[in-house]
Amino acid sequence: MVLTQFLVLGALMFSIGVFGLLSRRNAVTILLSVELMLAAVNINLVAFEAFWNTAAAHGQIFAIFVITIAAAEVGIGLAIILLVFRNRASGNIDELDLMRW
Amino acid sequence: MTLADWIAEPVNWAFLAMAFPMVLAALRVVTSRNVVHAALFLVLALAASAGLFLLLSAEFVAWVLVLVYIGAVVVLFLFGIMITRAPIGKETNLSHKKIWPAAVASLAVFGVTFWLIYELGEQVGGFSDTLPAVGQATPTEILGEGFINIYLIPFEAVGFLLLAALIGGITLARKDLSPAEEREGAGL
Repeated sequence: MVLTQFLVLGALMFSIGVFGLLSRRNAVTILLSVELMLAAVNINLVAFEAFWNTAAAHGQIFAIFVITIAAAEVGIGLAIILLVFRNRASGNIDELDLMRW
Repeated sequence: MTLADWIAEPVNWAFLAMAFPMVLAALRVVTSRNVVHAALFLVLALAASAGLFLLLSAEFVAWVLVLVYIGAVVVLFLFGIMITRAPIGKETNLSHKKIWPAAVASLAVFGVTFWLIYELGEQVGGFSDTLPAVGQATPTEILGEGFINIYLIPFEAVGFLLLAALIGGITLARKDLSPAEEREGAGL
C-alpha cells in the first residue's frame, strides 16, 4: 500500500461530498454530504499518520477529534432542521429566504 | 512502484474491495431519491472507511468510527428524517433541478486536489513507497497518552463543545410550552 492511493480516494470522496452539498436542496441530505466530506478528511489524516508513523499517533488523535466534532455538528444541525420544519413545514434549503435580499 | 507491483500485493486487493463499494455508496448518498436510502448508503460508506482504517493499523479509530457514526450519528439521522419528513419514500425534489454547476465545481475540486497530491508527492517524496506503519496495530495506550498529555486542553475543549452542542440541540428542538402547560409539567 502506498500513500497516494489513500489520498486520491480521499479527494474523490471529498469531491463527491462537495457535489452533494451543492446539488441537494433537502437539508438532511446536505448534512449527509457534509458527513461524507468529514469521512474523506479522516481517511487523509489516518493515511498520513501511517506514512509519517509518528510516535504519539497525532493523525489518529486528530481523526478522533474530527469524529467528535462531526457528532456535535449533526446533533445541532438536526435540531435546527427540526425547528425550521416545525415553523415552515418544509425541509428545503431554498425556501428559507427570509434573510435574503 | 509500478502498477503491476501494486496489483501483485494482496493487501491492495483488500483496499480495492473496500474503496470501490465506498465510492459507489458515496455516489448513491448524493444521488439517491430516497432520504432513508441515502442515510443507509452512508452507513455502507462509513463501514468501508472503518475497514480502511483497520488496513492502516488504526484499530481504535476504526472502532470509534463504527460506534459513534454507525451506532449513533446515522440513527440520529434516521430519527431526524422520521420526524421532519412526512413523505418517506421516493421523492423527486431532493436535489436542485440544475445540477451541472455542482458537478463542475466538484470536478474542479477533485482536479485541484489531484494536482496538489501529485505536486506534493514530487516535493516531499516517498508518496509511492510502501507505508511503514502497516501491519502492526497502533496500541490504544499511545492514543490515550496522547489525549491526556499533549492534547489535554483540546480534549477538554472538545468535550465541552460536545456538551454545549447537545444541550443547545435539546434547547432548540424542545417545544415551547405555554405557562399553563409548564405548571402541569407537560414538558416532562
